[in-house]
Amino acid sequence: MLSKHYCEVVENIQLSKDIFKVTVVCKSLANDAAPGQFLHIKCGDERLLRRPISICAVVGNAVELVFELKGEGTQWLSKIAPGNKLDILGPLGSGFNIPKGKTIVLGGGIGVPPMLFVAESATSKVTAILGFRSMDRVILKEAFELACAQVYITTDDGSFGIHGSVIKPLLALLETGEYEAVLACGPHVMLTEVARVCKLHAVPLQVSLEERMGCGVGACLVCACATIKDGNPDMSRVCFDGPVFCANDIVW
Amino acid sequence: MVDLSVNFAGVKFKNPIVTASGTYGFGREYGKFFDLSELGGICVKGLTLSPRLGNKPPRIAETPMGMLNSVGLQNPGVDLFISDELPFLRNFDTVVIANISGNTVEEYAQMAQKLSDANVDMIEVNVSCPNVKAGGMQFGTTTEGVASVTKAVKDRSRVPTMVKLSPNVTDIAEIAKAAEDSGADAISLINTLLAMRIDTKSKKPMLFNNVGGLSGPAIFPVAVRMIWQAASAVSIPVLGMGGVKSGDNAIEMMLAGASLVGVGTVCFDDPFAPISIIKQIGQYMSGNDLNHIDELVGKVVLN
Repeated sequence: MLSKHYCEVVENIQLSKDIFKVTVVCKSLANDAAPGQFLHIKCGDERLLRRPISICAVVGNAVELVFELKGEGTQWLSKIAPGNKLDILGPLGSGFNIPKGKTIVLGGGIGVPPMLFVAESATSKVTAILGFRSMDRVILKEAFELACAQVYITTDDGSFGIHGSVIKPLLALLETGEYEAVLACGPHVMLTEVARVCKLHAVPLQVSLEERMGCGVGACLVCACATIKDGNPDMSRVCFDGPVFCANDIVW
Repeated sequence: MVDLSVNFAGVKFKNPIVTASGTYGFGREYGKFFDLSELGGICVKGLTLSPRLGNKPPRIAETPMGMLNSVGLQNPGVDLFISDELPFLRNFDTVVIANISGNTVEEYAQMAQKLSDANVDMIEVNVSCPNVKAGGMQFGTTTEGVASVTKAVKDRSRVPTMVKLSPNVTDIAEIAKAAEDSGADAISLINTLLAMRIDTKSKKPMLFNNVGGLSGPAIFPVAVRMIWQAASAVSIPVLGMGGVKSGDNAIEMMLAGASLVGVGTVCFDDPFAPISIIKQIGQYMSGNDLNHIDELVGKVVLN
């Protein structure tokens, strides 16, 4: 049976202008969490809907959540002080299937944090490509460098790392022919392009999608995503069938 | 001894709490949180004759103490419900109510026949979905529309039929009366209120469908008023719903005239809400020396 968790916040730090990391302690969440899954968090009594936040890392009994300020809910969450408790449902959703072969993990913007959990869970060290808008938005660099064989960082404005999008290093790595899988999370436009490039190189791609959610458990059908199931058009639930999908099943 | 059971249009409910259609799927997801046999009843996701993929996303937008949805009746169709979902629901000791929507009066009748043959406990006729072009609300906003669908379903259904009314009408009493006069065994209300939100940055509506249905605590007072007006106009029983989040809210709806109370959107906030609400109703009754739900229904003391 699933239950609600009341988890103590042990740390809340600002990683960049709009990005915060909140760490909660909960033994059962930490035990059950799998890379790519999310937690559905109640953000104060003034709001009706919970906010889905992907899991960035698990360290012992601590679960780290990295999120971007988007509206009232995340504003509330960004102000939570250590010692307070959060009302959490989870871990929810279907996460990444981590392959055994040589793997690229790819994140763009607020799609970067969940890829850290993937990198840290892989049996052999992965290669990471992380895309940001500019140097002041780069987050989690050191953590990825510890967990990965190689880390390529790109910025749209060239203020740090490789100038341009994640596609440039992705193409270069795929052209080596050494990689057997790509796992990615980020803005839809970026994922669409990543899917095109991976298809071109016949490398299987798993993507984690974002959609506004209601129940978070698969009952209300508001977080729909157009997919192909057994050759026919279908609507999948991002919260339950996803958030991670095989790129080939998505109608891009 | 407090007795929470309700005899509703000849169907026995162990308690007055029913999960509202569209918020609870076919029970599978929330059945992971507690034993569904604890519920008075489950009203399943709206069914159509053929499968429907529903509307494009975004399908949800948050509002002050509420939310808009425009799912657009995504469902596997009535046949797959009967073969794949109904057997699962039958594992639980709870009333199963099938909610149906048709594009035509004949579609409603066909579905009623199939579901009645499959032995669902009740049929809820949805004439109030704000999110589909054909069917849905077009039938529910006129007395003629409600009457034609109700008669067609009653003709073919052997199980009690409840008509779910739209709040998007001028005179709810007149619509409730039309359902009763056409043979409905019960009515349920309210469905969602047609509503809209616009993103001031992009100047675009927050829902792909532009408009959608408002639910959640924000609509609760509107629901209480309409339940009171409808219940006062008919002698058939009423299932009240709309924004209920506590046992006290449920009692309020009963005082307004509801014999059963639907809970929906609140489950997104708290999956255990139906269980807490049932418990709170019991506490209110024992605290007020009430033995039976009947002692509450319609017992508002008007000024």
